[in-house]
Amino acid sequence: MRTFMLALLAAALALPALADESQIKLKDAPGRDKVEGNCAACHSLDYIQMNSPFMNATTWDAEVNKMIKALGAPISDDDAKVIKEYLIKNYGG
Amino acid sequence: MITRRRLLEGASAGAALATMGVPLAEAAIPGLPEALPAGVRGEAVLEALPGKKPLIKLAYRAPNYETPIEYFKTPITPNDAFFVRYHLSDIPAANDKLIDPKTWKLEVGGEGGNGTLSLGFDDLKALPATEVVAVNQCSGNRRGLFHPHVPGVEWGYGAMGCARWKGARLKDVLDKVGLKKEAVEIVFNGAEGPAFDKTPDFIKSIPVWKAIEETTLIAYEMNGAPIPHLNGAPARIIVPGWTGTYWMKHVISIKAVTKPESGFWMNSAYRIPVGKFPIVAHFATQENATTTPITEMVVNSLITSHADGAKVKAGNVTVGGIAWDAGYGIRSVDLSTDGGTNWLKATLGQDLGRFAFRPFSLALPAKRGKLTVMARATNAIGQTQTATLIFNPAGYHHNVMHSVTLDVM
Repeated sequence: MRTFMLALLAAALALPALADESQIKLKDAPGRDKVEGNCAACHSLDYIQMNSPFMNATTWDAEVNKMIKALGAPISDDDAKVIKEYLIKNYGG
Repeated sequence: MITRRRLLEGASAGAALATMGVPLAEAAIPGLPEALPAGVRGEAVLEALPGKKPLIKLAYRAPNYETPIEYFKTPITPNDAFFVRYHLSDIPAANDKLIDPKTWKLEVGGEGGNGTLSLGFDDLKALPATEVVAVNQCSGNRRGLFHPHVPGVEWGYGAMGCARWKGARLKDVLDKVGLKKEAVEIVFNGAEGPAFDKTPDFIKSIPVWKAIEETTLIAYEMNGAPIPHLNGAPARIIVPGWTGTYWMKHVISIKAVTKPESGFWMNSAYRIPVGKFPIVAHFATQENATTTPITEMVVNSLITSHADGAKVKAGNVTVGGIAWDAGYGIRSVDLSTDGGTNWLKATLGQDLGRFAFRPFSLALPAKRGKLTVMARATNAIGQTQTATLIFNPAGYHHNVMHSVTLDVM
C-alpha cells in the first residue's frame, strides 16, 4: 500500500502547479474550431476525451442532438454537422 | 442568454482557448482501472480543487472529481477527499450571497403545502438536530467500467463517500408549513445553474413518504465541520439509502407539489429500466411502462486494503474493504480466491449505522504467485452482488463483484 501511496504522491507532484482546462488540447483536425467555439461555452472539452474512443457515429450523433434538443445548446444546424463529423472522425471507435 | 457568472468565466475560457498549445500533462494515474475508456486515462489528472486534496479529475467544468480508492480504507471519508460532482457549470462562489450562510435563504412552499416559509441559516440550525452516517454515492459510480461503455462521466470506483451528516429533519421543516393530503412529491432546487438559460436547471424530487422519513435531512454539517463549498455549502439534502442525485447541494428551494415533477432531470435522466434491478423502494408517481427513477443503492463492496497488482509477502495476507447498501444493513461479506467457487466469511468491522460503509477484513493464506481475491456483500434482506453486469443504457447501479490480483512474493 505504501508503494501505491508514494506513486500517488509522485504523480501529484509531477503535475503542473496550476492545471486547468486551458491545457486541454483536442486533436487538430477540420472542425476543431466549431467544437471549441460551441461545446466549450457550457462545458470543458475533456468531456469529449473522456468519452472516447468507444463512441461511434450513432452515439456521437445522439449525444450532440441531446445537447441541442434536451439541454438547449444554441448550435446551428451547420455547426452541428461539422461538430458531429469531427467527433466521429477524431474521437470515435 | 448567457448568465452573468458564465459571461465572466466564458471570457477567460475563450482567452485560454485562444492561447492553447500547452501540451496536456502526461498523467497516467497509478491505480486507474484498465477497464476505463482509454480516453479517461489520457485526460484524467490528480488535481486539488480549493479546500480539497488531489482528487482524480475527470472533467474540469462542470467539475467532476472522484476520490482515489486510498481514502476508502476507513468507513468515514474525509471532507477534503470527498468526491465532487456537478451537472451544471454556474456554481456560486463560496461568498456569493446565495450560499453565504449570513445571507442564505431556504424558501419552502409549493401548491402541495399549506403556506410558505423562508428560513435563514440560524433558523435551520435552531431546529432539532439529527445525525446520520450515510453513504453518498453517485448513481453512475463505476460507469466507466461498463462494457460496452456508455456515454457520461466515466467514473471509476470513487464517485462515493461516507460522512456523518448533521442537520434538521426535512419532515420538521415540512411540518412548519404543513402538507396537503394531495401532496405527492417534494421538489428541491439548488443555487447552481446552467451556463445558458435554455439548459434545464437541475431540479429533483422525491416522494413524500421518503421526504418525511426520520433520516432525510437538510444537513449543514459534514463530519463535524461545515459542509465544504463543493459538496453543497451551506446546506444540502441528505437522502440516506438513495443515490446522490436526490442529495441536492446548495439547497435554496423546497416545494411540495400535487403533480409529479416534470423536466429533463426527472423525465429523461436518472432512470433505469423497469424490473431489471432488485429494488424494493419504488418512486411510483414517476414510474412509466418502461423506465422508473433510480432510487435506493444496490448492495455493493470494494476491496481497499490492496491496490490491484499490489506486491505482498507469502504467508498470511489480510484483505479488507468496505460494504454498503440502501440501509437494510450489511449481513455478511464473503471472499473468494478461486473465482467464486468457494467463499470464506470475512469479519465485519465497526458498525456506524445501517446507511454507512461497513468495514470487513479476513486473513487469507497466500502462496507465491498470483492471488485474485473477490468480495461479495450480502444485505439483511438477502440481496447480493452480481457476477455479471446488469446493463442499462445510462450506466447506473454497477455492483459487479470487485476483485484485486495480488502479486505474492
